[in-house]
Amino acid sequence: MITVQGLTKRYARTIAVDHISFEVQKGQIVGFLGPNGAGKTTTMRILTCFLPPSEGSANVAGFDVLEQPMEVKKRIGYLPETPPLYPEMEVREYLTFVGKLKGMSGQSLTVRVNEVADRCAIADVQSKLISKLSKGYRQRVGLAQAIIHNPDVLILDEPTAGLDPKQINETRELIRSLAGDHTILLSTHILPEVEQTCEQVLIINKGKLVATDSVHNLQNRARGAESVLLEVEGRDGNLDPKIIQSRLERIAGVSRVVFKDTRNNRSSFEVESLKDRVIRGDLARAVVEAGWNLNELRPAAMSLEEIFLQLTGTEQAAEAAPAVEAVAQGEER
Amino acid sequence: MRNVWIICQKELNSYFTSPVAYLLLTMFALIFGFFFWNSVGYFNMMGLESQMRGQAFPMSVNEYVIRPLLSNVSVIGLFFIPMITMRLFAEEKRMGTIELLATSPVRDMEVIIGKWLAALILYAVMMLFTAINFAFLFRYGNPDWKPLAIGYLGLLLQAGGLLAVGTFISTLTKNQIIAGAATFGVCLLLWVLEWVAGYETATWAKVLAYFSVISHFESFAKGVIDSKDAVYYLSLIFLGLFLTSRSMESLRWRT
Repeated sequence: MITVQGLTKRYARTIAVDHISFEVQKGQIVGFLGPNGAGKTTTMRILTCFLPPSEGSANVAGFDVLEQPMEVKKRIGYLPETPPLYPEMEVREYLTFVGKLKGMSGQSLTVRVNEVADRCAIADVQSKLISKLSKGYRQRVGLAQAIIHNPDVLILDEPTAGLDPKQINETRELIRSLAGDHTILLSTHILPEVEQTCEQVLIINKGKLVATDSVHNLQNRARGAESVLLEVEGRDGNLDPKIIQSRLERIAGVSRVVFKDTRNNRSSFEVESLKDRVIRGDLARAVVEAGWNLNELRPAAMSLEEIFLQLTGTEQAAEAAPAVEAVAQGEER
Repeated sequence: MRNVWIICQKELNSYFTSPVAYLLLTMFALIFGFFFWNSVGYFNMMGLESQMRGQAFPMSVNEYVIRPLLSNVSVIGLFFIPMITMRLFAEEKRMGTIELLATSPVRDMEVIIGKWLAALILYAVMMLFTAINFAFLFRYGNPDWKPLAIGYLGLLLQAGGLLAVGTFISTLTKNQIIAGAATFGVCLLLWVLEWVAGYETATWAKVLAYFSVISHFESFAKGVIDSKDAVYYLSLIFLGLFLTSRSMESLRWRT
């Protein structure tokens, strides 16, 4: 549904988005995670044809944002960081106006406005002026505005920012209920939000995509599962990597062994542990006991939570930066 | 075309659901009413005087009441135009609603023309208030309606040009006050430019005077459609709207 390749956005002095590439499949909810100022909004603005990219391409719902912006605009719903509301309009009047802008009219528009108002729980304030609404209601009117024309792709920029906990839960609930019909890309700087609502996560920092992963993996890692890079060399003659792999898989606590490559009789693997299991010691023993050389053994990745904390600027951010990049490269492979 | 009308309707709604339109209309009705009252009073006095002297005074309502009043309206309009256009884009930029317009399947030009048309319609409604006053002249006198109609055409053309310039200026800032003040300055300048022609006859003075909006209105006030003046106003409309579309475009490259 969304394909982004080498997307770059330069301003006079800064690079807001730096060669990012990713893909979002149909019907998925993808979280766009990153600290403030990481380039989330800029990326979203490019995807919605509000800003042109400086370099690279973005394809949304089958159309290029630069070449066929009108076709893209027909198929996206966009909720910017501040909902684009006209305070002097009534809720119903506003939704009707947006519907018309998106090319709807007549009876079908009236029906759709009712539907959307019900879905976003704003039916009870339909005839109120938008300027009189609370923050939570405004956010929901903004969401209603984004889905009014039943778009293929929904792009939501920090949909829960500034809401109270109850409203946050309601909004997440609403977003989850929209998945399936719509492909959703939502940005946030709150990690649990991604865990609760999204299937896939993109982590961005300083304009660069530092990691993409499924939330399942993210949770595994965040809960202490370990990922280890291992290089093994046969002592006498050639050694079939498959033999090593099957030996490694038999070790207690190992959940997955991925073969990477073989060079000069040296085979490397990425081994993942089950949750809360430390396997490095067992791995080393198993390799040595089998009569092979253990050339290298190092942790492949930190938990995403750690990465994220470093991204959001804790004290170790500077020294950990290379590690983050190593992870990113690992992820891309 | 449909999109132009959607935007135009929305703008008219926001003029008339806020106090803006009513305030402008009331102020304009008061000011024009005062001008009208003075003008008719002066005309009556001259009529009485010429009767007392026993002279035949050429009593043309068109020439002595309608024509100067139309010229007055064209100047009063300069003061009202900034107030009509200042919010058009500045407000959308401040509220962030420009993102909604820019990410909807609507062309920039449709948005621009819709907004400009709404401003022109509000101006035309203001002109309706002058028509109420002029109606009394038709009730109690016998003026020719054709010069008046041409005068209105001229007013709309002139307003169209200045409103287009105001719309352009409104795209340059988020601040309505700045947009309004800048538009007012430009309107004022476009008015007084013709003054140089009063004492200077060099070519540059003629060129400068040509750019004055007011000097092009004289023919319309007389009830004559001069193609040269009509072309001036039409060019001003196109220039204003063109600059607006360029400015919208550059907005995307800058923000």
